[in-house]
Amino acid sequence: MLELRQAARHFGGVRAVDGLDLQVARGQIFGLIGPNGSGKSTAVNIVTGLFPLTSGDIVYDGQSLGALPTHRRLQLGIARTFQNIRLFGQLTVWQNLWVAQNSPEDTGRRGFFSRWLGGQRGVRGEIAELLEFSGLAARQDEMAANLSFGEQRRLELARALATRPKLLLLDEPAAGMNHEEIGQLRSRILQLRERGITILLVEHVMELVMGVTDRIAVLNFGQKIAEGTPAEVRNDPAVKKAYLGGA
Amino acid sequence: MEFYYGLAQIVGVHTLLGLSAYIVLLTGQVTMAQAAFFGIGAYIAGMLTVLAGWPLVPALGVGSLVGAATACAVGFPALRVKGLMLVVATLAFGEGVRLFFFNFDYQIAKGDIKVGPLGGEGFRQIRYFQENGWSTAEVMVFIWVFVVLVMALLWWLDRSRYGAVLRAVGEDELAAQSVGVNLTAVKVSAMTIGGAIAGLGGGIYAHYTTHIEHTNFNVLVATFAIAYPIVGGLSNVFGTLAAVVFVQVFLIEGLRDLGDWRNLLFGALIVLAMNLRPYGLFGKRHA
Repeated sequence: MLELRQAARHFGGVRAVDGLDLQVARGQIFGLIGPNGSGKSTAVNIVTGLFPLTSGDIVYDGQSLGALPTHRRLQLGIARTFQNIRLFGQLTVWQNLWVAQNSPEDTGRRGFFSRWLGGQRGVRGEIAELLEFSGLAARQDEMAANLSFGEQRRLELARALATRPKLLLLDEPAAGMNHEEIGQLRSRILQLRERGITILLVEHVMELVMGVTDRIAVLNFGQKIAEGTPAEVRNDPAVKKAYLGGA
Repeated sequence: MEFYYGLAQIVGVHTLLGLSAYIVLLTGQVTMAQAAFFGIGAYIAGMLTVLAGWPLVPALGVGSLVGAATACAVGFPALRVKGLMLVVATLAFGEGVRLFFFNFDYQIAKGDIKVGPLGGEGFRQIRYFQENGWSTAEVMVFIWVFVVLVMALLWWLDRSRYGAVLRAVGEDELAAQSVGVNLTAVKVSAMTIGGAIAGLGGGIYAHYTTHIEHTNFNVLVATFAIAYPIVGGLSNVFGTLAAVVFVQVFLIEGLRDLGDWRNLLFGALIVLAMNLRPYGLFGKRHA
């Protein structure tokens, strides 16, 4: 479904992602791990088109993404969440989801005027369903900025889902979460897979990565140093070396 | 009574000017070009009634459309830059338009006199209201019909998904882009709507003052345009109206007796108001 071919992104002399090959199959939960600064977030940014590629190519559903802008990639079904939460703080929870309804299904089903100028009536059902899924139904009229940290993380995920993704890139969704919240996140990720969404999970929290992913790639200094099932990666000497240093 | 009608006319036109900047400010863009669109609407509508003999409402409509078209054309290149760069770019455009009017001569003979724009001397005798025998009160009502219509339109837009998208772009462009918002389309459309409102306001302005010249569309006016929504707060359109009343009625007219002290107090009171109400006169603090 998603294929990175020798994808590279350099910032001046810094090779944040350097000749990366990745293949994510449809329906998979694919983990991307690595130490701080290994290029995981940059990988997300090149797939969503926030950073143009320095060289190489990204192919999605058989189509090269080239220099397609971010909002066009979203219409192809590529959505993301942010590591450092980026909600629209002065909009309500409900409005955060409303703003995100930009998928072709949404734009095709409604006319131009009802899509842009219509009020909240026509879309209540869909948004209610997303709020239910994220456990935010009781908070729908609250300003996003007033939510607790855990609620904001859930809204980030719900907002990405409001775009009806086929491929969802989660950039450290468990950062700062406690054990119980990680458990809830894990069950949500598994539910998303059942709905047919392919997931690329960038994460530090091994408890989550090892538990949900089908396959994992390990990055270090912008390059892939290992790939395989969670069990294979866990026992890979190159991975141990990258995480623990020296030894 | 005439004085108060006149004051209400000024408040109405300045509210339109402020609202033209309000919608652009919602997307987080600071524009110094609103005086230029205001001037374009003023000259176009004035020339259509005076030189072409058009009725007023279609002339205002065309002035507004040309304002919108100019704003759209300026928006595409200008909105590629942000923040201070956008301020400088729109400022340069605004000054360019003002200098164009400074040099713009297009006069035709009408009976014994020549009418039309005459460069630095400006465009005199835009006497549509006088020629058609409108009273000051009627002109005031005419102006406020447009003000109420524009406020209602923006109030409604603010509550639509488009309004939520505008505010989302204003808060975080990167996040908005990542949920599929086409930033260029959203920013340019806001700029275009702003240009239409400024053009309409300018057309009305030309007809109630009867005499316009390039200095009516200078940087000071552009500054007022963005100052109203900023002082009033971006929560809703009434903030802009409140700020216009505060500035035009209270500060400019109310303090007239103070003579030279007025200018000093004027600045001090705006600073005071912004300190007491940092989110605008009508602004809400959410976080």
